[in-house]
Amino acid sequence: MRYVARVEVSLKPGLLDPQGKAIEGSLPALGWSNVSDVRVGKYVRLVVDATDLEAATTQVGDMSRRLLSNPVIEDAVIREVVEDAVGNGRA
Amino acid sequence: MTARAPRVGVVTFPGSLDDRDAVRAVRAMGGEAVPLWHGERDLGGADAVILPGGFSYGDYLRTGAIARFAPVMEELRAFADAGRPVVGICNGFQILCEASLLPGALIRNAGRRFVCRWVDVRVETSLSPLTAGLVAGEVLRVPVKHGEGQFVARGDELDRMEGDGLVVFRYCDPDGALGAEHNPNGSAAAIAGVRNEAGNVVGLMPHPEHAIDPDLGPTGGQPMFAALLQSALEPVASGIR
Repeated sequence: MRYVARVEVSLKPGLLDPQGKAIEGSLPALGWSNVSDVRVGKYVRLVVDATDLEAATTQVGDMSRRLLSNPVIEDAVIREVVEDAVGNGRA
Repeated sequence: MTARAPRVGVVTFPGSLDDRDAVRAVRAMGGEAVPLWHGERDLGGADAVILPGGFSYGDYLRTGAIARFAPVMEELRAFADAGRPVVGICNGFQILCEASLLPGALIRNAGRRFVCRWVDVRVETSLSPLTAGLVAGEVLRVPVKHGEGQFVARGDELDRMEGDGLVVFRYCDPDGALGAEHNPNGSAAAIAGVRNEAGNVVGLMPHPEHAIDPDLGPTGGQPMFAALLQSALEPVASGIR
């Protein structure tokens, strides 16, 4: 089966995020002065061939820890692992 | 004493930039440089290995994140586990942290800018391949050039590193005094370089290989390369291998 997985990687809370700060500093110039705590992360989409959903989810978790994120500075959250019934993963 | 010149391997990854300067520095200081390729599982009989600066794999995903899985890294891990000297400079430091051969990690500079300038670093310990024979408190002038050099680690990890003397270099003024204005990237505790517990793996953001030739400026890199060449020929500490 093919599964589509979506993983979100973000800098751990408390670590300075210069990209977030830069965006936060630019928003008031566009008239939005009520925004704070902007954080920039990564979104990773993967298509996994696996025997079932559990195997796919386990593998995505392993990949998230070993490569997609650095656990010293980042948190990785699996947002979704779903069967790719209609072949979206091929796109 | 031996008359043999120490053999120092310099690994080239796709995107390495400072491999040639590292090779030149080894030769200028009297060592034999051994160019190594990331795709080969062979360290060419090197006595010590340098992972040089640059932008391996375009810094994709995270700095050093892809390079740490290069074939040569398996050999390098065994080499490090055997107690042999390993040095990571700039991107090489980032790779060693990603590979968990060194503690902590390097993130974007606190000032949000790429920094390219001379800095002074204070030697914190003589227990590393770059500082063997140097005295704690000694100040060396070397350049930095990086966008992601802010050293970070968890609070308890930082405490452990300080307690175990794992900090090798700190950014300082020419007299060795610390201060935020001398810290080019906002690194925790002004940390410019660290070592592992065994003391044979060291990484730093500044570039000693660019500070060798007196015709080109300060020569703070000379004592570091002299220490590396000396460390390369020392027998492996008993108990590590």
